[in-house]
Amino acid sequence: MKVDRRGVLSLAGGGLALASLHPLAAREARRLTYDQALQAITGGREPTDGRVTLELPKIAETGNSVPLTVHVESPMTADDHVARIHLLSMGNPRPNVASFHLGPRAGLAQVRTRIKLSRTQQVVALAEMSDGSLWRDQASIVVTLGACVEDIWLD
Amino acid sequence: MAEARISIPRSAAKGEVIEIKVLIQHPMETGFRRDLEGNAIPVHIIDRFVCTYNGEEVFRADFHPSIAANPYLSFHTVAIESGRLEFTWHDDDGSVHTESAEISVV
Repeated sequence: MKVDRRGVLSLAGGGLALASLHPLAAREARRLTYDQALQAITGGREPTDGRVTLELPKIAETGNSVPLTVHVESPMTADDHVARIHLLSMGNPRPNVASFHLGPRAGLAQVRTRIKLSRTQQVVALAEMSDGSLWRDQASIVVTLGACVEDIWLD
Repeated sequence: MAEARISIPRSAAKGEVIEIKVLIQHPMETGFRRDLEGNAIPVHIIDRFVCTYNGEEVFRADFHPSIAANPYLSFHTVAIESGRLEFTWHDDDGSVHTESAEISVV
């Protein structure tokens, strides 16, 4: 194979293009965005603000374990109850946090858990009712020290 | 899998809404961390929790890596009859941890 200057240059250029795509960009492209995660849950339905209350501290010193309460107003009867509650993060490397499956036997649509937050951001709670309607609430939180350093370690 | 803790009332009135609190020891590795040698620590989480009441599912949770280590949950159920509540945590390595508790409903 004859190696000339042009061939070497085009090879080098191709190599650079590949290097720039890989691995950061490739990982980035595979990752679900917040909008995609939301779309997967809502299927295009527009959630209404209300009925859901998301309680988060205003400030967290670390994002390693942030307490969270989500409450949904519902009679929780066989005909009218909360079917699912979804938690989404707008600022974490992955937008899905948790989904809770409830039913009339829950009696009360209230769940508490602890979550990780990588930075200051908005957290969203969505409630899917038995009639198919979608309700939402959103809370802001300042995170002084994030739960992970994914921007440095991401590969 | 490791130790789990459960808190439910021992007895309740029929029709009463009771709170159930559960916690299990688990690192909930996000896949974004590195060990001391710089190797990526793979994702390792509990991805599902199920609570059944006398065999019938009353609550289920799907977890993603953003749930904090030692996942904690508080949720509710209606005390309909005396019996057994069973709690199952599914690890993404395929292992399963089960605990149970009795409740007497009067």
